[in-house]
Amino acid sequence: MITAMTVLVAEALDVGRDVAEALDEHKSGGLPQLHAPDFAPQLFWLAVTFVLLYWIMSKVALPRIGEVIEERRDRIQRDLAAAERLKGETDKALQTYEKALSDARGSASAIARKTRDELGAEVDKERKAVEDQLAKKLADAEASIAATKTKALASVKDIAGDTVVEIVNALTNINVTKDEAVRAIPSGSDK
Amino acid sequence: MAGHAAENHGPMAQFEIKRLVPMELFGYDISFTNSALFMVLALVLASGFLIFAMNGRSLVPSRMQSIAESLYEFVAGIVRENLGEEGMRYFPWVFSIFIFILAVNMLGMIPGSFTVTSHIIVTFALALMVWVTVTLIGFARHGVGYLKLFVPDGVPIWLMPLIVPIEIVSYLIRPISLAVRLFANMMAGHTMLKVFASFAVSLPVVAKAFPVLFTAAFTGLEFLVSFLQAFIFTVLTCIYLNDAVNMHH
Amino acid sequence: MDPQAAKFIGAGLACFALIGAGIGIGNIFGNYLSGALRNPSAAPGQFTNLLIGFALAEATGLFGLLIALIILFG
Repeated sequence: MITAMTVLVAEALDVGRDVAEALDEHKSGGLPQLHAPDFAPQLFWLAVTFVLLYWIMSKVALPRIGEVIEERRDRIQRDLAAAERLKGETDKALQTYEKALSDARGSASAIARKTRDELGAEVDKERKAVEDQLAKKLADAEASIAATKTKALASVKDIAGDTVVEIVNALTNINVTKDEAVRAIPSGSDK
Repeated sequence: MAGHAAENHGPMAQFEIKRLVPMELFGYDISFTNSALFMVLALVLASGFLIFAMNGRSLVPSRMQSIAESLYEFVAGIVRENLGEEGMRYFPWVFSIFIFILAVNMLGMIPGSFTVTSHIIVTFALALMVWVTVTLIGFARHGVGYLKLFVPDGVPIWLMPLIVPIEIVSYLIRPISLAVRLFANMMAGHTMLKVFASFAVSLPVVAKAFPVLFTAAFTGLEFLVSFLQAFIFTVLTCIYLNDAVNMHH
Repeated sequence: MDPQAAKFIGAGLACFALIGAGIGIGNIFGNYLSGALRNPSAAPGQFTNLLIGFALAEATGLFGLLIALIILFG
């Protein structure tokens, strides 16, 4: 490595000497950049090319690029605006739909409530009628039962009187009238 | 070892101006030189590319078109960032400077070609054009008030005799530093490449690989520098323009 | 002293300007990097300033190199 470095340094010195010799050869020498007679043609052509470049850039090339970029920006802006508008419309439609839905739901529940109320009223009425009827039948039945019971009790006393007369006759030979026998029987209905 | 000296292949030979077509106008030498050839090449390639690439003008850009568009957007970004939206008036000018320097630098990277910007007179002319234009714009927009540029805000009055001359000198030195930066970068890079490339010729075979590898790596760096210098020149142009247009100091 | 030797020595001395440029560029990139690591979101916005600082620092060194080249070849 050190030998390589030495060679490098020696070579650098060599290059320097070569260059110095080369420049010594044409004595006009020095840096080519400082060679004054070369200034005029460079300046002239720099001016020509730069002015031409500026003209081409400002009149042709840049407006074309700017146009496309502008157009793209506009297009994107337009598309975004359209998307925004469509989104607004969708939102509105969605809102209308929601409203219709909630309206429908409201009216449906109203109808259901009404129907339920109506049905409930009818059922109540029917039930009441049936209950009334039943109550009347019950009352009738109770009345006839009471009547039958009274009648049955009456005939029970009658039969008991007859039985008493017969039994007394047969056992004691005492004539008892039916009236007396009946009176002697404690009232069964008093029990 | 000094055998190739006679053919003048020193590191500075690449900067020599050769008159390809001698011409004269009003007693001035306007010969078409190798430098002029590469300026014209840069002009043709840059404008040809930008126009050809945009031929499709499609909304979804082709590869070429998107390169042209990103160049446009890149410079437009620099201008907007430094000058604001109203600075876009000067955009074509700034873009021309950028694309010219970039094209010329990149053409100079072709082995055996000529780097126009490695000549101080060219970079100085460009820098002087920037400086004169900026100064004219400044005076056109602010009149004598443009001189307030040399009096920074918030500096105590007793410092003024010190600050104002410094500001004036730094303003006057702008074209020189602008020119020398570009020129010295291009020249130093190309000289270095040439020196190391010549090592490859003269070193013994075992060591030849080192300068070759170094030259290859350094060529990559030079491409970066070529672009960076075009960019820096453009940015500084915009900063100077901003001083003239908006006078924010 | 041989004038040729004096020339080479002078060129070498002029190249010392690159020491400063090297330090300056190193400082700029180092500080940019440490700043970028502290606040990565602010880093891209300062990239242009980084390049400007780099170019300004580099230019001062190249002025010296230029003098060296002029001494050597001019």
